[in-house]
Amino acid sequence: MNSSATALRQLLTNQASSFRYAAMINHVLKNMGIPLLGIGLFLLLWAGAAQNINTSLGKFPGPSAVSTQFVALYNEHVAEREKADKFYQRQEKRNAERMAKDPSYQAKIRGYTGKETFLDQIFTSLITVSSGFLLAAIIAVPLGIAIGLSKTLNMAVNPIIQIFKPVSPLAWLPLVTMVVSALYISPDPIVAKSFLNSMITVTLCCIWPMVINTSVGVAGIDEDLVNVSRVLRLPALKHVQKIVLPAAIPMIFTGMRLSLSVAWMVLIAAEMLAQNPGLGKFVWDEFQNGSSESLSRIMAAVITIGFIGFLLDRLMLQLQRWVSWDKSSAQR
Amino acid sequence: MIFNRKKLPGRSLAAMATLVVGSFFSLHSSVNAEQLGWPEKEELTFGFIKLTDMAPIAIAYENGYFEDEGLYVTIEAQANWKVLLDGVIDGRLDGAHMLAGQPIAATMGFGTKAHIITPFSMDLNGNGITVSNAVWEEMKPNIPKMADGRPVHPIKADALKPVVEKYKADGKPFNMGMVFPVSTHNYELRYWLAAGGIHPGYYAPHKGDSSGKIDADALLSVTPPPQMPATLEAGTIYGYCVGEPWNQQAVFKDIGVPVITDYEIWKNNPEKVFGITAEFAEKYPNTTIRLTRALIRAAQWLDENNNANRPAAVKILSQSNYVGADYDVIANSMTGTFEYEKGDKREVPDFNVFFRYNATYPYYSDAIWYLTQMRRWGQIAEDKPDSWYVDMAKSVYRPDIYQKAAESLIAEKKVKAADFPNFATETGFKPPQSDFIDSVEFDGSKPNAYINSFPIGLKKGDLL
Repeated sequence: MNSSATALRQLLTNQASSFRYAAMINHVLKNMGIPLLGIGLFLLLWAGAAQNINTSLGKFPGPSAVSTQFVALYNEHVAEREKADKFYQRQEKRNAERMAKDPSYQAKIRGYTGKETFLDQIFTSLITVSSGFLLAAIIAVPLGIAIGLSKTLNMAVNPIIQIFKPVSPLAWLPLVTMVVSALYISPDPIVAKSFLNSMITVTLCCIWPMVINTSVGVAGIDEDLVNVSRVLRLPALKHVQKIVLPAAIPMIFTGMRLSLSVAWMVLIAAEMLAQNPGLGKFVWDEFQNGSSESLSRIMAAVITIGFIGFLLDRLMLQLQRWVSWDKSSAQR
Repeated sequence: MIFNRKKLPGRSLAAMATLVVGSFFSLHSSVNAEQLGWPEKEELTFGFIKLTDMAPIAIAYENGYFEDEGLYVTIEAQANWKVLLDGVIDGRLDGAHMLAGQPIAATMGFGTKAHIITPFSMDLNGNGITVSNAVWEEMKPNIPKMADGRPVHPIKADALKPVVEKYKADGKPFNMGMVFPVSTHNYELRYWLAAGGIHPGYYAPHKGDSSGKIDADALLSVTPPPQMPATLEAGTIYGYCVGEPWNQQAVFKDIGVPVITDYEIWKNNPEKVFGITAEFAEKYPNTTIRLTRALIRAAQWLDENNNANRPAAVKILSQSNYVGADYDVIANSMTGTFEYEKGDKREVPDFNVFFRYNATYPYYSDAIWYLTQMRRWGQIAEDKPDSWYVDMAKSVYRPDIYQKAAESLIAEKKVKAADFPNFATETGFKPPQSDFIDSVEFDGSKPNAYINSFPIGLKKGDLL
């Protein structure tokens, strides 16, 4: 009797724990399995469709062709780094030889003159997009706060913002290029003109969502908070620092997230059109090459661009959660 | 510039003397290097268009010839010929792979005006004319056949004429692509069409007409070389004249048929040049000579031992940062064969010449041929005396710089004197040539007489 009761209890606990396991497995399946299933289905569809698309450069690249290219691109990067090391060794030797013959010579080490690898292009694009974005943020946030605080200023500036907001980067680019070449003249420039062109184009396109969101956030501050500030007779700057900024931060960051994704899209287009170094140029160069590997290399770049865009967005989301007092505002 | 030139013979004689003395006393190259002088500018950026004839630049880089001269060169592909020329003019590029017509037109002021010079001619031949598959089918019945059924080459534009007339009668414009208004390709395509009785159209820059379609049977327009096959495939144009690998790519992609190479239009015609601004050459004379030296060595390597290095060169060119097309496509023309219709592969050993036949020497007569074609098609609107042609050629083509570079290389035993013109007697004018598809003789010293000898084209006294 006693033993049978123990057995029953054991059976029940076992069952309970197996329920728990089932729930856990269910949870894992839901959170990992379904996205994996989605990706798997997509890969299948992609591979199937790729089989049936014939271009003049051969079949459209399927997942396996693209993954081979990722490996090839990485190997090219490693090979190019080895070439670069040899380049620096030769250069040092040559500098030393010349110093021996020509003591007045000011030897210096020049950067590697070889080609930029895929990884270099990714790095260039990231630097450009963050510079352009930061410049935009430095202008947009103060401007947005000012517009949010003053209705008059808002009415004055709003039409201009609404007109410039939908302008494509491609329209700005020729103007930016010409202005930069006219104004940025220096015999030994610190940064390349092409970098400035891409950066300014990015800034011009991604400034607007930040201005608009910041101003909306500032304008929509709770009346009570503003009244508190009035009662305490906070000076204007203190008012902005203690009341306006903390209250508007969720909106400011929403604007920044929007801006960053715009910035990333704009950058690729700008690099492609203006032949500025970066991922966009990589895509364009491969298109021009028209080799049998070009399409799979472009596809590899497309996936990389998407993945980096996704990571940038997650990064902004984390930042937003970190600085924001209202943790619920930053979901999805 | 002209004053400089007058002083040159004396100066170069002195340079030659010191070089000879130098090489007597020491065979060590550094002595000559010091006499040459260190480069004034060490970091350089050169531009190119994705075509196989940019090879001397790629080879000079990859084989370390630029570094041997103490030059640190970055090589950048350019989107099209205009971007490339603007880059050289505004200083973004220090030098570039250019169409032979570009330095001439820029110096003359047709298009952007700037004094561009060339100390080095990059290659001979290397272009082809390709038509779409549909046009080829219509042309084929007009072409005589050999015993094995393959068409007899060279194919003249006479075979294309009925096709163009049919398009014209149907009210369809017969569009063709070339790469730039002052490109070799434009003049070669025009030469070929006109030799077959098809009018390629006049330019009238004095009336603001720079489209080149006045009186035209075939309408020529600009398309960047790498986009030629795609534009042909899209049906925007029915044929094009372009450098390699873009003719062979049409065969590989099965979208068109190359009908003639420029070797058959004008045997051993000068093709690309290396262009720099006159200001650059004046400001950095040692750098200019040194980069010319590196390019001469690269050209020599490309043709060495009966083209033995060509497969290695093709491998370098197929890298994505140079031409980037498939190895097989580039190899087709670079290694001495050319595929016309699919499967009809023929030997054209001189399709790409980089060094032999004095290919790298900038002949005045080559510049004058381009000038005569510019006049023939109205890009030069008015009559010019023969002396104008010679002066213009002399202000753009600079064999004096080439001579210094070559002589210093000869003194260092890096090249053989026998491979170069005899500098003591060379006038810069090739003897009269008649290896053209229509056998019209060209004598560089009589440009106006040459212009008058064509049935189609502007003649002395004509003004549109």
